[in-house]
Amino acid sequence: MQVLSRSHLRKAVRSATSLSSLAVVLAFVMLSGSQPANALPAFARKYGLRCSACHESWPMLNYFGQKFKDNGYQLMNDRDAPIWQNPSYWPVVFRITPIWHRVSVGKEQIDTYTTPAGGVPTPTGSAVQRITSSGFDLSGLDFHTGGTLEKNISFYLLPSSDPTGAFHFEQVFVRLDNIAHSSWLNVKLGRFELDNLLSEKRILTLTGNGGIYQTYHFIPQGDGNIFGQIGDNQLGIEYLGHSVDDRTRVSASLISSSDGNVNLSTTANAYTGFFTASQAFDAGKFGVQRIGFYAMAGQASTYYLTSGGGIPIAGSGIGNKGFSREGFVGQFYVGPHVGLTVVTQHGSDNVWFGQGYGNAEITDGNGGTLCTTPTGCPPNNVPGTTLAAGSQAPSWNGVTFEGHYIYSPQLIFIGRYETERMSQQANGNICGGVACPGNLGNISTYTIGFRYNPFMTSRAGLAWHNEYNWLHQDGTGPANLTTGALTNINTGEILMGLDFDF
Amino acid sequence: MRTRFQNWTLLLGSAALLAFPSASSAQLTTFDIQTRIGAESHVGNITGHAKDAALPYRRFCVGCHGPLGDGNGENAPYMQPPIYQQPRDFQLGIFKCRSTPTGTLPTDQDLFDAITRGFDRSNMPQWNTLTKQERADLVAWVKHFSPRWANEKPGTPITIPPEPEVTAERIKAGRDVFARVQCWKCHGVQGMANGPSASTLQDDLGRPIAAFNFTDGSRPKCGDTDKDIYRIFMTGLDGTPMPSFADNIKPDEAWDLVFYLRTFMAQKSKEKELAKGLGLKPVDPNAPVAQQ
Repeated sequence: MQVLSRSHLRKAVRSATSLSSLAVVLAFVMLSGSQPANALPAFARKYGLRCSACHESWPMLNYFGQKFKDNGYQLMNDRDAPIWQNPSYWPVVFRITPIWHRVSVGKEQIDTYTTPAGGVPTPTGSAVQRITSSGFDLSGLDFHTGGTLEKNISFYLLPSSDPTGAFHFEQVFVRLDNIAHSSWLNVKLGRFELDNLLSEKRILTLTGNGGIYQTYHFIPQGDGNIFGQIGDNQLGIEYLGHSVDDRTRVSASLISSSDGNVNLSTTANAYTGFFTASQAFDAGKFGVQRIGFYAMAGQASTYYLTSGGGIPIAGSGIGNKGFSREGFVGQFYVGPHVGLTVVTQHGSDNVWFGQGYGNAEITDGNGGTLCTTPTGCPPNNVPGTTLAAGSQAPSWNGVTFEGHYIYSPQLIFIGRYETERMSQQANGNICGGVACPGNLGNISTYTIGFRYNPFMTSRAGLAWHNEYNWLHQDGTGPANLTTGALTNINTGEILMGLDFDF
Repeated sequence: MRTRFQNWTLLLGSAALLAFPSASSAQLTTFDIQTRIGAESHVGNITGHAKDAALPYRRFCVGCHGPLGDGNGENAPYMQPPIYQQPRDFQLGIFKCRSTPTGTLPTDQDLFDAITRGFDRSNMPQWNTLTKQERADLVAWVKHFSPRWANEKPGTPITIPPEPEVTAERIKAGRDVFARVQCWKCHGVQGMANGPSASTLQDDLGRPIAAFNFTDGSRPKCGDTDKDIYRIFMTGLDGTPMPSFADNIKPDEAWDLVFYLRTFMAQKSKEKELAKGLGLKPVDPNAPVAQQ
C-alpha cells in the first residue's frame, strides 16, 4: 500500500485548504451576485407570485400554499379559470437534480480471493466489509402539469421517470372543488398522495434513505404487506373539506390496496380507508400551529389464485387480511424562522402478513407477472395453508421529528430524526422457527442538510442542495460468519446537487 | 508556511463566510424608507411592527410590490391594465379601500382588511392564512414606505347608518340615484362596465383602468357586503376615477343605490326578485337627467 510521506501530506493539505477557500469565495461571488428564492413555477407564472409565497422552501408548502392546494390550485379569485390565461400559457414544469453523492453501506458480504504468485485468483470464501461508492449521478425526471380545467375543476398530471428515463404516472387526478360553493366539499379521483400533513412528495431531502420518511414506509422484517405505506401515491377517491381560511381540515380516502400499482394487477379486490383531520390555531408571534391525527385501516390479499402448477394469476387476490396505521401530526412554529413537525405512527399487520403473505411483487405493477416459477414466488395462502408455530401479528411504533431553520426564504436548514421500534415481532418462520430478537428491524436515522436558492423569482427554481443521512437498522446486516448471529447495519450518504425546475 | 496566495484565499474565504448571511437578507436600499422602520400599526389589541415584517414581505409581497414598495416588482410588467391593475405603489400612500373620507389616509384596520380579503380582478390573493400578528406587521411595513404617515393622521371613518329594509320603492329610488349621479357613464346602464366613458378611464398615474362590471360574478374590490358597497360610494376609490359621492348622495339614498346595484349582480338576492316583479327598465342615457 502506498503511504504518503509527511511532506507530501502537508502539501496536499495546503492545496486542499487553498482550493476549499477558493471554492468558498467563488460560491459566494456566484450566489451573492444574483438577485435577492422560489415550486411549481407554472403556478407561480400563472398567478405572478414567487415560489416563496406558497413554499417554506420548495417543494415544502407553507400554510398559504396548503390552502392554495386545498382549494384545487386556486387562489379563489377570478384568475383561477384558464380562460383568463394567455392562450400560450402551458402549465408544464420539469424537475431534475444532477448530483454528486457518496454512499457507504456498513456491512456487505463479499467474496474473498487468494492469488498465488504467477497464478490466477481463486475464491477462498466470504468476508463482511463496508462498501463505499461515490460519483456523479442524476435523479429521476418529473414533468408536473396541473391547474384548473375550469373554475373549481382542477387536475394534476405527473409523468415521472427513474434516472434511466423509464416513465410511469406518478400522480394523475381530476378534482371537483368547492362543490355547491362549499369549501367543505371537494372530491378527487385518480392516483394521488394521501393527505399527509408532512408530505413525502414535498420532502426537502433527496438521499436514498433521507429522501423518504421511514415512518411512512416501515415494514417489519419478513412482512409481506406493502400496502400500508402512506407515503406512496395511491389509486382511489378522496374527499377533502376545509374551512375558508384552511385552519380546519378533514379528509377521507378510499383507495385500492394496490400501493398505487395500475391495471388491477395486485390485490385488485381489496380496499383501504385513510382518514385525517387537523386544526390550526393562531399563536400570535409564534405563528400558526397545527395538530391533527390520521388513521388508515385496510385489507389486502394473501391468497392469489394460481395456474400452471402454482404461478399466481395477477389481479386474482382473495383471502383478505387486515392492517392499520394511525398516529398524530403536529406542525409547530416558534416565530417565522423555526419550525418543527412531528409525526407518530402505530402500525400493525395481520399475522399472515407477518409471515410474508400478501406480497404484491408477484406482479410488475403493470399487469405482468414477476414470478414465473412457483419456487420464485412469495408465499401464497392457498387453501389448507397453516401458519408456523409461534406466529403473531407484528406491530410497531414510529416517530419522525423534522425541524427547519428558515434563515430567509432563500436559505433553509433541515434536520430530521426518525425511529421505528418493533413492539411485537412476527416470529414464526421469520427467524427460523425461534423467537426473533425484540429489536429486529428497528430503525434509527437522522438527516441534516440545507437548501440555498441563489435567486427567487416567479419563473423558475434552483436550489443548491446539500445533505447527509445516516441510517442504522438492527439485525438486518449479513449474518456473522462465525456465529451466524444477526448483525446490525449502518448506511450513510452524503449528497450535493443542483435541484432545479422550470 | 503558507504562501501569499493561500493567505489571501483563506482571508477572502473567511470574509465570504461571514458576509454571506447578511448579504442574503432583505435590505432596504433607500435611507428615507429605512428611517421609518420603526413604524407601527394598531389593529384591535395587536400592535404590528414594521421591522418584524421584512421576512414575510420578502416571502409573500415583494414579487409584485417590489423591494421599495413602489409597485415595481418583477411581476409588475406582466399585469396588463385595464384587466389587471398594476401593483399598488405604497410610497404614494394612496389607497382605494378605506373607511375614511376621500383624500385621507386609511386606518390600520382598513389595510389589515385589505391584506386579509385580497382583491378580485387583481393578482392580490387573500392572505388570511397569515397570523393576525403577521398581517398587522405587514400593515406597519406598508406604512413605512410612505412619508404620508409620518406627517398625517388617518382620516376618521365615515359613519354608516343602519341598513334599512329593502323594498321595491327603495330599489326604484336607487335607480333614480343611479341615473342622477350618472353611474351609467362608466358602469353602463345595466352595470356591465360598458358605459360611454368606460374605455377612456385612467387612474391617477395615467394607466388604463376598467369600471367594475356588476354582472360577471366578481366581488367588488373593497368587500361584497352591503355595507362595503355603501362605503365605496361615500369614500370613493382614491387613485381611480371612482369619486366619493358623499357630497352628492344622502345616506338614505346611498342605501337605495346599494339595493339597485344588487339587482345587476349575478348572485341571487331579494333585490333581484323585487326588481323582477317591478319590471324595471334600465335608465335611458339619452333622456334629460331629470327624466331618467
